[in-house]
Amino acid sequence: MKVRISDDALALACGADAVADAFAKAGAEVERTSSWGMHWLEPLVDIDGIGFGPVGLADVRSILDGAADALCIGKIADHPFIARQQRLTFARAGRTRALSLDDYAATGGWQGLTKAREIGPAATIEAILASGLRGRGGAGFPAGIKWRTVADAKADQKYIVCNADEGDSGTFADRMAMEGDPFQLIEGMAIAGLAVGATKGYVYIRSEYPHAIAKMEAAARACAHLIAPFDVEIRVGAGAYVCGEETSLLNSLEGKRGEVRAKPPLPALEGLFGKPTVVNNVLTLTSVPWIMTQGAEAYAAYGMGRSRGTMPIQIAGNVRHGGLFETAFGITLGELVNEIGGGTASGRPVRAVQVGGPLGAYHPPSQFDTPFDYEAFTGIDGLIGHGGLVVFDDSVDMAKQARFAMEFCAAESCGKCTPCRLGSTRGLETLDRVIAGDNAADNLALVEDLCDTMKFGSLCALGGFTPYPVLSAITHFPEDFQGRKTS
Amino acid sequence: MDLADILDRHKGREGPLLPILHDVQATFGYVSEDAIRAIALALNLTRAEVHGVVSFYHDFKTKADPRPVLKLCRAEACQARGVDAVAADLPQDGRVKVETVYCLGLCSVGPAAMTGDTVHARLDREKLKALVAAL
Repeated sequence: MKVRISDDALALACGADAVADAFAKAGAEVERTSSWGMHWLEPLVDIDGIGFGPVGLADVRSILDGAADALCIGKIADHPFIARQQRLTFARAGRTRALSLDDYAATGGWQGLTKAREIGPAATIEAILASGLRGRGGAGFPAGIKWRTVADAKADQKYIVCNADEGDSGTFADRMAMEGDPFQLIEGMAIAGLAVGATKGYVYIRSEYPHAIAKMEAAARACAHLIAPFDVEIRVGAGAYVCGEETSLLNSLEGKRGEVRAKPPLPALEGLFGKPTVVNNVLTLTSVPWIMTQGAEAYAAYGMGRSRGTMPIQIAGNVRHGGLFETAFGITLGELVNEIGGGTASGRPVRAVQVGGPLGAYHPPSQFDTPFDYEAFTGIDGLIGHGGLVVFDDSVDMAKQARFAMEFCAAESCGKCTPCRLGSTRGLETLDRVIAGDNAADNLALVEDLCDTMKFGSLCALGGFTPYPVLSAITHFPEDFQGRKTS
Repeated sequence: MDLADILDRHKGREGPLLPILHDVQATFGYVSEDAIRAIALALNLTRAEVHGVVSFYHDFKTKADPRPVLKLCRAEACQARGVDAVAADLPQDGRVKVETVYCLGLCSVGPAAMTGDTVHARLDREKLKALVAAL
């Protein structure tokens, strides 16, 4: 009997190693795979496509004896959480062994790179442009335009830099992509390298992801001969959230303080070591092999408006069915939270959902009809960012969350620009006065004014977007601030 | 591995400073004044430049601290899952260094923590206390 169990960091954190050992001791053949992304069921045990989860050590015997009906979820691929998805970039999730070149090749791996080599750089860039692929890191800039800018730049050396500094709370898609399907990311980088004329690629991974680092290093070694002359090197961050900002990341790669650079010059023209550089998020690059293999039109057929293709949405926080849900743009926030996420894990009513990480807005249920789309979220003073959803129940104190946004910005500011460096600290102090009921109305007005300065005066998204969680909390949940006015 | 080996290992790399500092931190547990001096000399940087980088990143420490470390995620997703209450009665004796981190990417199964390279999820008061006690 072959038992398949994920070796993704989240499965490990839920005890997958001990469960795998117990199956092996009981005589079963154990295969470690990527994660299906149904996190509430981890450790999920897959026996001939039938799933059991979450499995504890005490359940191993009963599963082997065929007496674990209570844990059985039936055929995993038919589970509504999986069957409802449109998995393009996560097509292999749960189905293959992360570091198996055989599994990768058997599931269409390297076909995108082969296609790019056949049609050449110009046609490859055309395909990415036609697909409508936008940067998945948060900014949503068209990937094809970035690639074309780098391709047109003249230089002796160009770089592909993969931004894998996934620091947003509520996001884990980059981690899952790197741990579960590392060759796909490398293939995407190799295609980008071919398209723009770069022979060197760096993956900058945050140090909080040791499992992703190990998998990517092993994968880069294993496939070096398949992507040559392109070469991929893994670099590790050092615990600075701001290094997820592309210019700060480039400084960090160069061995400097991770301070943000003013733009222009654009990294596409003067990026890493001053050379033309494509900086793309993990999810942008992992979308590329599918687009090359299946065609730009097929990719663009998914989505709505100017948001084409699919987004691996990450459902997290106080939610019953948390995990990775890849689907075409256009699904509503309410469907994601209530139907797919199943509401809160605590069973209490949903009060707020933060979309897009610590710099994203808090949305009340009255905005749940908003479709997941870059422009739609901009329209309600929010952002989809890297696609993370953090669900809160009605016990949340929104003044505390607003305060945390300022505290986080103060802790993580690189210090380069004043609105972010000083604004976050003054914002924190002023919100503390609001919370203490010290001249609350005036101080709240001051916070709103300060947010305006931070939004328009900061050099990058850290200071510039911190107003989103702060102002959305004040706007949508005024009772959490006004109740303190009187004292 | 001593400092000279580390410097030798990264010779000729593009942007070697962070990889060097990671190795120094992992080997010695901190980045000493002497190490900063040697690194600056090897990379033709000023000591101030190297110090500036060391002090910028949370991962690099300038003092030795032999205590075991538990990194506890205190970011929004873990907040939504009750990390503040779970961490409320952690022992205050200082035997274990409890560091705050913002996000381990385990946001659907928090509260989450990391000890060394080992990750822990679905923590409650008892599990967290046991984890700290076992360090």
